[in-house]
Amino acid sequence: MLRDITLGQYYRTESVIHALDPRVKIVGTFSFIISLFLVKNFIGYVIAGLFLVICIKLSNVPPKFIFRGMKAIFFLLMITMVFNLFLTPGEPLVSFWKIQITGEGLKLAIMMGVRLVFLITGSSLMTLTTTPNNLTDGLEDLLKPLKKVRVPVHEISMMMSIALRFIPILMEETDKIMKAQMARGADFESGSIMNRAKSLVPLLVPLFISAFRRANDLAMAMEARCYRGGEGRTKMKPLVYKRMDVYGLAIIFGYVVCCLVFGRILFR
Amino acid sequence: MSIILNHVNYIYDEDTAMASAALVDVSLKIPDGQFIGLIGHTGSGKSTLIQHMNGLVKPSSGQVFFNNEDINDKDYDKKKLRAKVGLVFQYPEHQLFESDCFKDVCFGPRNLGLPQKEVELRAYEALKQVGFDDDYFYQSPFDLSGGQKRRVAIAGVLAMKPQVLILDEPTAGLDPKGREDILNLISDLHKTMGITIILVSHSMEDVADYVERIIVMNKGRVAFDAEPREVFSHYKELEEIGLAAPQVTYCMQELKAAGFDVRTDITTLEEAKNEILKALGK
Repeated sequence: MLRDITLGQYYRTESVIHALDPRVKIVGTFSFIISLFLVKNFIGYVIAGLFLVICIKLSNVPPKFIFRGMKAIFFLLMITMVFNLFLTPGEPLVSFWKIQITGEGLKLAIMMGVRLVFLITGSSLMTLTTTPNNLTDGLEDLLKPLKKVRVPVHEISMMMSIALRFIPILMEETDKIMKAQMARGADFESGSIMNRAKSLVPLLVPLFISAFRRANDLAMAMEARCYRGGEGRTKMKPLVYKRMDVYGLAIIFGYVVCCLVFGRILFR
Repeated sequence: MSIILNHVNYIYDEDTAMASAALVDVSLKIPDGQFIGLIGHTGSGKSTLIQHMNGLVKPSSGQVFFNNEDINDKDYDKKKLRAKVGLVFQYPEHQLFESDCFKDVCFGPRNLGLPQKEVELRAYEALKQVGFDDDYFYQSPFDLSGGQKRRVAIAGVLAMKPQVLILDEPTAGLDPKGREDILNLISDLHKTMGITIILVSHSMEDVADYVERIIVMNKGRVAFDAEPREVFSHYKELEEIGLAAPQVTYCMQELKAAGFDVRTDITTLEEAKNEILKALGK
């Protein structure tokens, strides 16, 4: 059940996408997300979809693995689509009693659904192909200019990398705790909403205690290694752009231009 | 009344790149009332194996039977099964959550839907069985020592009155005194209640003194399944898979090599003492 959440997980394999510089991947993902909000018609979405499919193909991550993560947001997706479908004013397409579905609503609902699915797939592709350490290194580098205006960039990226690093650990822990409580007859999957919420207490209490304990240990270990923040810190593996990265950036640029031209300017 | 595993295979992360076999063609029969030691190196599949026995993990192929019923049948009541096959996990921290020990032990029987009186009676009984002091009953389980936490965890499962009790590394992280206490406690439970006990461990010493049957796991397969004496006579093979016989067994081998007339299939300190005294003619 918990293994279904793929958002933020890293999938270990070898591919062109895995080997790209994390900065390129972050820029690429952001451009992709922005492009999703800029395109106005279905041609734009087709281009975005093609781009995404090619990226997934290149990444060697099994599509099944990526879409398993979709289950977790299925509910959210449905709500968004239903609201858009019924609450958009315009030409009524079908109507019964007080409810009506408009042509505009239908279009908007589909657009929203596709946009959300693409958005999540795109961003999970980034985390699936980039180790948390690389990801935060890249982010830190990209945010460097903000240091000028006194944003604690290093601290933020450190916090992020710790948070990301702990996701799999805490997931595994949750799995173990769940099993331990299930062995004592706990039931997490049936009953009314109230009962289910109550049944989470035996799961959450040990989980929080363990999270605090781990945080304490980590703080101690950092202290023992004289960690004192980012000033003057060097890296064992500094990020360097390679030829592939330049190509990658060029492709991303090409994609964004394509998207804008076909999805916004040429066809309205 | 027994647990039977019939050609059980289990594969982790099936259909991803990380797929790995955790259990390979495991067939076992665990009759009533036996005290069994389950031994294996880290990652040998022992934890996965025990989770099959109470239905927490479903085999990729093969069947698990409890009292002649397939536990993975659609209409099999897993909750009832888990009350009968009690599983105590390695870290008590993973299951303790209530504000006091007594309430925590009540969790298991309450999940069985028993009336409040029966629940409390069982919790009291279980805590007494594990030799828990009355003074600590209403203390927070998080303030206890490692050994006491483990007792509460075991009581939490005992309160469901299982017919089979499985303990995953119950002595991990305890000092020698705490180890012995817990092992004696388990042995007493076996003697007084007559329940089947499966003790998972990677310490030969822990197991040799108490159990009547040893199952050795290696890379997901059952490597040996016999009496301790028999298993430890294969100490060379055991070493190859990263395990070892108890130290007294080695000691007796050396004595034999040095010319003393002693038996070499000795597994416990007590036996060794008698044998050495005999060899010395006292």
